[in-house]
Amino acid sequence: MESMTSWRERLEETTLEPARTTTRNYYVVVGVLLAVIAWALFAYYVQLRDGLVVTGLRDRISWGLYITMFVFFIGISHAGTLISAILRVANATWRTPVTRMAEFITAVALMTGALFVVVDLGRPDRFLLVIAHGRWQSPIVWDVVAVTTYLTASLLYLYLPMIPDLAFFRDRLGGKVARWRSGLYRLLAINWKGTDTQKSQLHSSISIMMILIIPIAVSVHTVVSWIFAMTLREAWNSAIFGFFFVAGAIFSGIATLIIMMALLRRVYRLEEFLTEKHFQYLGFLMAAMAGVMLYANISEYVTAGFKFEEGSEFIFRQLFVAEFAPYFWFYLIGGLIIPILLMSIPRMRTISGIVSAAVLVDLAMWVERYFIVVTGLRAPLLPYEPANYAPTWVEWSITAGGFAFFALLVTLFVKVFPIMAVYEMVEEQDVRAAARLPASGEAVT
Amino acid sequence: MVAVAWSMTKKRRRRSVILAVLAFVAAAGLLAWGTSPLFVLLATTLALVSAPLVAARVSMSRQSRQEWKGWLFADGVRTVDRRTALRLFGVAAVFGSVSQVVPKALNSLLLQEAPPGTDQLPQRARTRQWTMIIDLRRCDGCQSIGLPPQCTTACIEGHFTPEPMQWIEVFEHELPGDGTRFIPTPCQQCQNPPCVNVCPVGATFSAPEGPVLIDQDRCIGCRICMAACPYDRRFFNWGDPPVPPEALLAEYDLELQVPARKGTVMKCDFCPDMVRSGTLPYCIQACPHRAVYYGDLEEDLATNGRELVSITRYLANNDAFRLKEELGTQPRVYYIPGHGEDVGRDPTSTGHLPIRWPWTRLAEGSARWSR
Repeated sequence: MESMTSWRERLEETTLEPARTTTRNYYVVVGVLLAVIAWALFAYYVQLRDGLVVTGLRDRISWGLYITMFVFFIGISHAGTLISAILRVANATWRTPVTRMAEFITAVALMTGALFVVVDLGRPDRFLLVIAHGRWQSPIVWDVVAVTTYLTASLLYLYLPMIPDLAFFRDRLGGKVARWRSGLYRLLAINWKGTDTQKSQLHSSISIMMILIIPIAVSVHTVVSWIFAMTLREAWNSAIFGFFFVAGAIFSGIATLIIMMALLRRVYRLEEFLTEKHFQYLGFLMAAMAGVMLYANISEYVTAGFKFEEGSEFIFRQLFVAEFAPYFWFYLIGGLIIPILLMSIPRMRTISGIVSAAVLVDLAMWVERYFIVVTGLRAPLLPYEPANYAPTWVEWSITAGGFAFFALLVTLFVKVFPIMAVYEMVEEQDVRAAARLPASGEAVT
Repeated sequence: MVAVAWSMTKKRRRRSVILAVLAFVAAAGLLAWGTSPLFVLLATTLALVSAPLVAARVSMSRQSRQEWKGWLFADGVRTVDRRTALRLFGVAAVFGSVSQVVPKALNSLLLQEAPPGTDQLPQRARTRQWTMIIDLRRCDGCQSIGLPPQCTTACIEGHFTPEPMQWIEVFEHELPGDGTRFIPTPCQQCQNPPCVNVCPVGATFSAPEGPVLIDQDRCIGCRICMAACPYDRRFFNWGDPPVPPEALLAEYDLELQVPARKGTVMKCDFCPDMVRSGTLPYCIQACPHRAVYYGDLEEDLATNGRELVSITRYLANNDAFRLKEELGTQPRVYYIPGHGEDVGRDPTSTGHLPIRWPWTRLAEGSARWSR
C-alpha cells in the first residue's frame, strides 16, 4: 500500500506541475507562436483588403491550401474520438493516461479547421448567411452542421471526464494561483465532491457521450469528403471517399497524438505515466490504419485504373508520373509503407522510432489532403490547358498561422487544465490493486 | 401444415379459413393499389401458410402457455400464444408499411416539389422555357472575318464582363482524324444544375423560365459551385472587379450582374432582361454567321434574328446533341454537329484570335487577374 500512495502522489504532483510553475521557455514558445499568428493576421488583413486575388487561387483551381488545412485539421480532430470513445467502448484501459491529450487535440483541431473555411470564403462578412439561408441540400451545410455538432459534443466530452480533475485542481490550487483561475476551477468543477450519486451520474453521462460521439465523428469526415465527392469531378467521383477520409482522419489523428504525447512527456516529465508501451500500442494502431489506407488506395486506383475511362489518363498521369508524382509517392511510401515497416521491426519500436513514423504520417497526410484537393480541380473539364496552382506568401503565412494557432491553444490548455485524467487513472489503479495486478503506469490491456 | 389442419377442431378450422380469405382480400387489395405481382404472390403464400398456424395457436395458448422455444421445437402440434401472434402481425405490418408506404411517400414528395422561389416572381400567362441552339456547321471561330470570336467579344462589351471572364467561351475540340471544331460554350443552363444543388445559401437558383441565376448579394464566395460545374462556366471576382463609370451608381440587379461584386461568382445568365424586352442576347446578335438560335421550347420556336425554326424539328432533323449528356445535367443549350463547313472553314485551320477586354480601360485602378 505504501508504494501505491506514493504512486498516486507522484501522479498528482506531476499533473499539478504545469499549472504551478511556468518556465521562461514557456513564454518564449508562446511568444514565438503569437508572432507567427500576428504575421498571419497581417496576411489575412491583406487578403481582406484586396480579395482572394492575393492568393494563387484562380477560376480553374479555386481551392488550395486553405481547404487542405480545413480537411487536415478536421481530420486530426478524430484523435480524441478514437482514443477516448472507441477505446473506451472497447474497454482498453491503457488509454486512460492519454485520453485528456487526445481530447485537447480534438477540440483545438476542430476550432482551427473551422477557421480555415472562413478564411477561404470570398465573403467572410456573409458567413452567417449559411445559418440564415442554409439549404439542407448543400454539402457545405452538412459540414457546418456536422462540425458544429462535433465541436459541441467534443467540448462536452472533454469537459465531463475532467470535472473530478477540475475539482482536484480547485482543492489543491485554490488560493495559490491567480484569482481568475481559482474562480475558473471552482466554477467548472460544479461542486464536485466525489459522492456516490455524483460518481454514478458522471459515469452514465460519460457512457452516453462515448457512444454518441462515435457516429458524430464518423459523420463529420464523411461529409467533409462529400464536399468533393458530390461534385461531377472525375478524380473525386468515388463512393469510397467518405470511408477513405474517415480512415485518414483517424490515421493522422493518432500520429498527431503520438507527437504531442512525446513533446509533453519530455517537457513535463510524464515518463512514469506515458511509457514506451503507450507509444507502442498507439504505433500499432497507426500501422493498422496505414494498412486500411493502403487498402483504400488500392481499391480506389485499381478500380479506376483498370477501366481507364475517359479522363482517367490525365488524373493518373499527373498523380503517378507527372506534376504531383513526388507528393503522391511520398505519401504512399513515406506515409504508409515506411511507418508499417518501422512498426514491424522490433528494434525500431522505440519512442523515437515511433515518433519519427508519426511525423512522416502527419506530413504525408497533409500532402495527401493537398493533392486530393488540387489534382481534382486541375483535371480540365473542356479542351483547355490545365491550370497550375502555386500558393502565395499570403497563403503560406496564413497556413503557418493556422499551425501556430493550433499549437498555441494546446500550449494554453496545458497550462490551465489537468493534462492527465488523474481521477480515472486512480480509479483504475484501485481496481487493479484490488485484483492484485501489477501496479503503476505500466500499461495493462 | 396438414398435420396441423387435421389436429384442429371444427371451430379452429373455420377460423383458419376466415383468415385465409382475409389474406386473399388483402392481397387483392394490394394488387389493386399497384403493388408488384411478385410481392402479392409472396404475401399470399405467407398468409396461406400462416393462417392455420395462427388459428391453431391462438386457441391452444389457453391450454398450454408454451414459450418461444416450445413453439418452435415442440412435437406434434405447434402452438403460439397471443403475444407471438401479435408479434407476427407486427412484423407483417412493418414489412407492409415500409415496403409500400415509404416508396409511395418518397415518390409523391419528389413529384410535388415546386421550383424554389416560384411564388415570388411575377406570374405570366405562359412560362417560357428558354433554349439555345448553336449550329456548329456555321461556326468558324470568326476565322473568316479575321476577328476574335464575336459572341465572346459582344458578351464582354454588353455585360461589362470583368477580365478574364468569358461567359461564352469558344473552345477548340479535336475532331477524330485531323483538325478541330469550335464550340462556343455559354453556361449550359442545366435543368438539373449541379451548381444550384450544392449552393449552401441558395444564392444561385433556377429561374422558372430556365436560366440559372446568381444573387451576388447573397453569395458567400465558397466556390463549391465552381467545383461542381462540369462545364467550367463559373467565374470568380478574385479582386475588386472593374466597374465601368456608367455602372458605378447603378442599383445592383441580379439579372444584369452589374455592378460586379468582389468575392462572388458570376456567369452567363441567358440575358433574361433582353429577351423580356424582345431583343436577342448579345452573343446571338453579334454572330456574323447567324449560327446561334434562341427561343422558347414551350412555344417550340427559336430564331437567330433572320429565320424562325421549330425547335423540336430543327433538333431532330439535324442530329442535335448536348455537352456531357451522360452526366444527367440536362442542359438547355443544344448543338448541331459540324466544324464550320457551311461557312467554308477547313477543319485543319486551327486557332482563333485572342479575346480582349477593351472596356476595362474605363475602370482605372481595378484589380486584374489571369485565368
